[in-house]
Order: sequence, then structure tokens, then C-alpha cells
Amino acid sequence: MSHYELRCRECGRTWGNEPRNICDDCFSPLEIAYDYDALKGSISRESIAQRSPNMWRYSELLPLPPGYEPRLPVGFTPLLQAPRLAEKLSGSTAAAANFYIKNDAVCLPTLSFKDRVVAVALANAKAFGFDTVSCSSTGNLANAVAAQAAREGLKAWIFIPSDLEPAKILGTNVFGAKVVRVAGNYDQVNRLCSQIAEEHNWGFVNVNLRPYYSEGSKTVGFEIAEQLGWRLPDNVVCPMAGGSLIIKIKKAFDELVKLGLVEAKEVKFFGAQATGCSPISTAVKTGSSEIEPQKPSTIARSLAIGNPADGHYAIKVIKGSGGWSEDVSDAEVINSIKLLAETEGVFTETAGGVTVGTAGKLYRQDRINPEETTVLCITGNGLKTTDVLEGVYETERAIAPKLAEFESYLQQKLKGADIPGVAAEVAGVGA
Amino acid sequence: MPITVQIPTALRRHTDGVSSISCTASNLTEMFTALDEKFPGLKPHLHDDAGHIRRFLNVYVNEEDIRFLGGQMYAFQEGDEVLLVPSIAGGTCDSE
Repeated sequence: MSHYELRCRECGRTWGNEPRNICDDCFSPLEIAYDYDALKGSISRESIAQRSPNMWRYSELLPLPPGYEPRLPVGFTPLLQAPRLAEKLSGSTAAAANFYIKNDAVCLPTLSFKDRVVAVALANAKAFGFDTVSCSSTGNLANAVAAQAAREGLKAWIFIPSDLEPAKILGTNVFGAKVVRVAGNYDQVNRLCSQIAEEHNWGFVNVNLRPYYSEGSKTVGFEIAEQLGWRLPDNVVCPMAGGSLIIKIKKAFDELVKLGLVEAKEVKFFGAQATGCSPISTAVKTGSSEIEPQKPSTIARSLAIGNPADGHYAIKVIKGSGGWSEDVSDAEVINSIKLLAETEGVFTETAGGVTVGTAGKLYRQDRINPEETTVLCITGNGLKTTDVLEGVYETERAIAPKLAEFESYLQQKLKGADIPGVAAEVAGVGA
Repeated sequence: MPITVQIPTALRRHTDGVSSISCTASNLTEMFTALDEKFPGLKPHLHDDAGHIRRFLNVYVNEEDIRFLGGQMYAFQEGDEVLLVPSIAGGTCDSE
């Protein structure tokens, strides 16, 4: 007997464990439900601490088939204190000691939080006997499925919007996956995949394996709590595309409380979107509990889901926690990518720019108290979306390898003072 | 207007396994009425008593989400192909 099984979110019917995401009885989404009573006492902070630093240290709280042996050290990414960014965003020194970045820009193997969900999905794909896995993706998921399928010896068919960033396409091709570019946006690709999933016996990680897959997101929440010294933060700021991550972090915190691993606490959840694709933040701001779909138009293509499947639940989590949701323009996304990089040395992709920009807005609106512990979820790596920074930095003229040439170059730069950091440093040295 | 409605696998047990239904309807309400008459078991999965589409059901007309076409106000054109697609959400059992 497994300690988890599929359960209908709406009518409560249980379905055992099989590749299925819809309740046939009421046509509602399925979710993994655990036997928490059976888990009580079987895991402790101490037993977790003895395990390897990766997401599998929380395996009891993941839907993993019996005997599953992980082959990749996914997760357990750094939780970084970010005092300089905190000061910039909040305009106050009070936030410096309480502000953290959960840095999934360095998640293995493909540098985004999607590695976590795919790891759980493929563990189940193999157990269910699929030899082919598939997904619709805005890029990061494509990379994660392609890489881990290669590692597991599975075939992969990946469906993407045709305008995806070149680095994300290349980062899928390289693993030998079949990449299908679809002339349409993500919502259209997703709809197509729902239809393909009915015709082909493939393990679609975000269709028929979705209940298993989405549980992987909980490990972000488990890690945040453990890395804070087994306590929950006051505030979490999370990017939203389909809306799944934010609700799974909440589920993770709830489970830790239920099992006595952390003390209960009211955590506020804040959702971040790009203004050009903001169906969830628009609903929160207008007080609606339903999603009005949008046609995405934003450089934050990893968040460009105009009809977010988990949007309804994300709204509930945000409102129920006393949190809020905001969105930022493409220009703010670029500035926020630069700000995070310049203040904390973390290069994030556009989704991270959305999260940082939104956090700044939330501080300015006094929705986040600088004295409270706040965690920003950075979910992807900037090397995958370098195209949005094209033209932001001028190509410097090359100088001859001569000291005199450099000194003259330096004087020129100091006069122009167009590199403030360098100018100040050099001026200090020269004084 | 004569239109065709494609039924997803999850709902076919309510349509005796039929995957495609031809009917006549000038808007969404009429389409629901036509489907209700043919397959009464489908009704609770498609809309509530007030005629609103169920939250987890997406309706597409010729591959476009009907909400972008005016939703309930959209007037079907002859030969429209309607797709019923379940929304792929994860949900949370324990966050209430």
C-alpha cells in the first residue's frame, strides 16, 4: 500500500495511482493526498539532516514509487541573504537582515525550478511503464524534461511556442529530444497537448502526470523552511505562470506544520506577474475569484500563460493568506534583472526580473513589512534569456595590450564617468 | 447553425463513447441545450444550473478560446468546430 494516492480536489473521490489528471465523476482536477497519520513520527528534522543535500531528502512527502532510486541530485539550492537588494527594494536598512533569495537559477540539471517537478514526474513515468515523455512548455520545462529523459533513457517529445528564446530551444535540442515548434502561444500549445495526450500513450508531465509532477514544487517550500532553521518566513514572493508553484509552497508549509517539523505561522503569499500577461494579479487586484484569460505580450515568456490552469487556486491562496499580487512592465523586468545581478551577484532570467520588480512594488505599497522575514523565489537562470539584454550594454572598443593605452582609456572613462562603480573605485585609488 | 462538438475522452462515457457530435445551435446556451437533450448525463459536467460553463472546462471554437470571442454572446457560424477541453489544474487538497 502506498502512503499517497490521487484524490479529486472537488468531489473527494480517490483514484489510487495511475496516469490521470481529471476526475471522471466530476471532471475536476486531481491532487495527491497523503496519509499524514502514517507519516507522523517517521520523519524528523534530525533524520532529514542526515540525508544528502538534494530534494530527495523529503521523499516521504513526495509521490515516489516504491523502491525508486533517484539518479540526480536535484534541488537544495542556496537560500541567500540579500541585504543590498533588500535595501534597494525597501528603501530601508531594516529589511537587510530578514531578506532572502531562494536561488533556483542554479538548480540541477538545467538551472530552473522545473528540474524539481520533472524529477518527480519522470520517477512516476517510469513506474507507469511509459517509454516516451512529453510536455508543453514555455522553455524551462522543455529543458528539464529533455535533460532528465536523456538521463533516464526515455524518449522525449517537447511542444513549444515557436517564438521561444533561442537558448531555451537549443537547451532542449542538445539532449536529443524531438522539439515541435507550434505557431501559437503557450495556451494554444497546451490545448494541443491535451488533445495529443488523448491519442498517444505518452507520459505528459503536465497533463496526465500533472498531479505527481506538481508535487515536486513543494520541495522549494520544504527547503526554505529548513534553510531558515526550521521556521517559516513571514512573506513569500513568487512568480506566477500557471499558478501552481505558489499553491504548492503553501501546501509544503502546511505539511511541515502538520507533521510537527515547524511551528505554525501565518505566512503571506505574494504573486508576481508581468503586466503583459497578468490574469492572476488582475483578478487579485480587482477582487475577482475567477480568471479572465489574456493574450500574452511580454518579454517574460516563461510566465506567458494567459489562461493559467491553477489561477483560481492561486487567487485563493493569495487572498486567504492576506497577501497580494502585483505585476511589472517589461522595462521594469530588465531593470530588476540588472538590479539583482548588480546587488547580489545573481543572474536571473526574465521571470526573476518579474519577481524582483514586484517585490519592490510591494515594499513601496507597504504591503510587506521590512522588519519581517521575506523570501523571494528566483526560479530561472539569466543565461537562458540573454536576448532581452541585447543592446542594453554597448560593446566596448578594444584597447591595445599596452599600459599607456589602458591609462588613457581609464582617464576617458573617468571623465565620462559612465561606469559609476569603476570610476569611484579608481578615483579612490588615485587620490 | 450546424456545428460539430468534439468530446474529450474523460466525458465520452456520458456519450456512449461518441467523440464527435453534430448539432444545431446559434450560441453556447443553445449548444448546451442540444447536448443535454442528446446526452443528459453530460449536463453536470458542462455547465451549472444558471448556464455558466464549469470552471474546469475550456471551450474552444475553431481553436480559439470562446472567452476571446465573446463567450456566451458569441454567435456560432456555420461549420464551427467546438472543442471541449478539460482545464489542466493541479489544485490543493489541504490549503483550506
